[in-house]
Amino acid sequence: MSVHATARITAAPDGRGGTALPVLESDGPLAPRRTRAATGPGARVTVVGAMSAPLGGDRLALEVAVRDGAALTVDAAAAMIALPGRRTGDEPGDHARYDVRLTVGEDAVLHWLPEQLISVTGSDLRAHTRVELAPTARLVLREELILGRHGEPPGTLTTRLTVHHAGRPLLDQQLALGPGAPGGWDGGAVIGGHRAVGQLLLVAPEFDEKPATARLLGDTAVLTPLAGPGALVTALAPDARALRRVLDDALADLYR
Amino acid sequence: MSRAALLVLADGRFPAGGHAHSGGAEAAVRAGRLTGAHDLASFCRGRLHTTGRTAAALAAAAVLGVDPLALDEAADARTPSPALRATARKLGRQMTRAARATWPGPELAALAAARPRGAHQPIVLGLAARSAGLGPEDAAHCVLYETVSGPATAAVRLLSLDPFDATAVLARLAPEIDATARRAVSDAHRAVRDGPGALPATSAPLLDITAEAHAAWPVRLFAS
Repeated sequence: MSVHATARITAAPDGRGGTALPVLESDGPLAPRRTRAATGPGARVTVVGAMSAPLGGDRLALEVAVRDGAALTVDAAAAMIALPGRRTGDEPGDHARYDVRLTVGEDAVLHWLPEQLISVTGSDLRAHTRVELAPTARLVLREELILGRHGEPPGTLTTRLTVHHAGRPLLDQQLALGPGAPGGWDGGAVIGGHRAVGQLLLVAPEFDEKPATARLLGDTAVLTPLAGPGALVTALAPDARALRRVLDDALADLYR
Repeated sequence: MSRAALLVLADGRFPAGGHAHSGGAEAAVRAGRLTGAHDLASFCRGRLHTTGRTAAALAAAAVLGVDPLALDEAADARTPSPALRATARKLGRQMTRAARATWPGPELAALAAARPRGAHQPIVLGLAARSAGLGPEDAAHCVLYETVSGPATAAVRLLSLDPFDATAVLARLAPEIDATARRAVSDAHRAVRDGPGALPATSAPLLDITAEAHAAWPVRLFAS
């Protein structure tokens, strides 16, 4: 049986200058837990138990709402691993879906810092992250895609990141990688043999007046100002560790 | 539709400035990712299915009458690189000038007035096609062919690649270009129903990364 599960997190001001978590709902393999040690602003939630999911056929969703004036940091205890589907007879397994919805209100802050998404041989995952930001919302978002476990060819991975700011499109990026993707995905225009692909997005009202300056972060990473109040790091690396180093350095530099 | 109008619009000699751009090929050659006909095929195929498909869907949506300013905003969101946004608008401005001379119409004039520094080129191309009586699949074909012919032509100059080999790469891609054009048209029909957010956003990280470096080179053969 495939799993259909939707976990939910809602953050709201607690009336004492901090952030409360009126909704913290686990479902299926996704279990958000309030954690203590501060790694970012506001309340911290760690998603645990995401290991070994999703399997083919699964439909997983995570909905996060940060209400006006609240601050939330979401991280994860482990990487998410896309695994092959359960085969029924000779039929190939169905693809899996992972849908994330992030809503950030006025003067609210969300740091969305999950662990890597690892695409295992034979898997087929379609992941879509949709973000709705109020005009004065602040966001730090990290996304890291790892093609295969060590030395293994990847599965098929289709991801999309769609961000709206004040109701208008700010960023929309889609990637299709692996054996089920259209041709040329591993060539010199798309990822050129790299096995770790990442994005780091920062959105803040200040970027409207003072946009980030485009600059290279090594040979295969770049920081670019978006057409709206955001800055994006696009990075390729040979492996997960090298990718994390590039994104961490960029974050430390940008978020001071 | 007029098949001859399609040839005029798709002709590399159409005075819209496309010949000055390598579609990222110049940067890929410098980085050692584009060394011969084999790499060229995979480079072009990658462009076709990523930025090509997105641009073709934008153009087809413009032909179908989706609001060009909403499409321009959607194109910005799909182009995180400021160097590539500037290139798309510069080419759009040149395309506007050429199209208003060849197939003048109120929609091209209105877009030129609303975006005096240029709208994203595929949207202008879509309006030009519409003004010329062409259909969405025609516009998608024009965009996709330019997506792959730009790097192929540039590779001939940059690598002294045999022009026969470069053209053979393009000819072998023809069935994929046709299939991608059909997909772009169905994407565009979805945008008519559900808005520009329904358009694909397929992207190519290496093109975004290398475009910024290339734009800063003091000496280069191509503008992008």
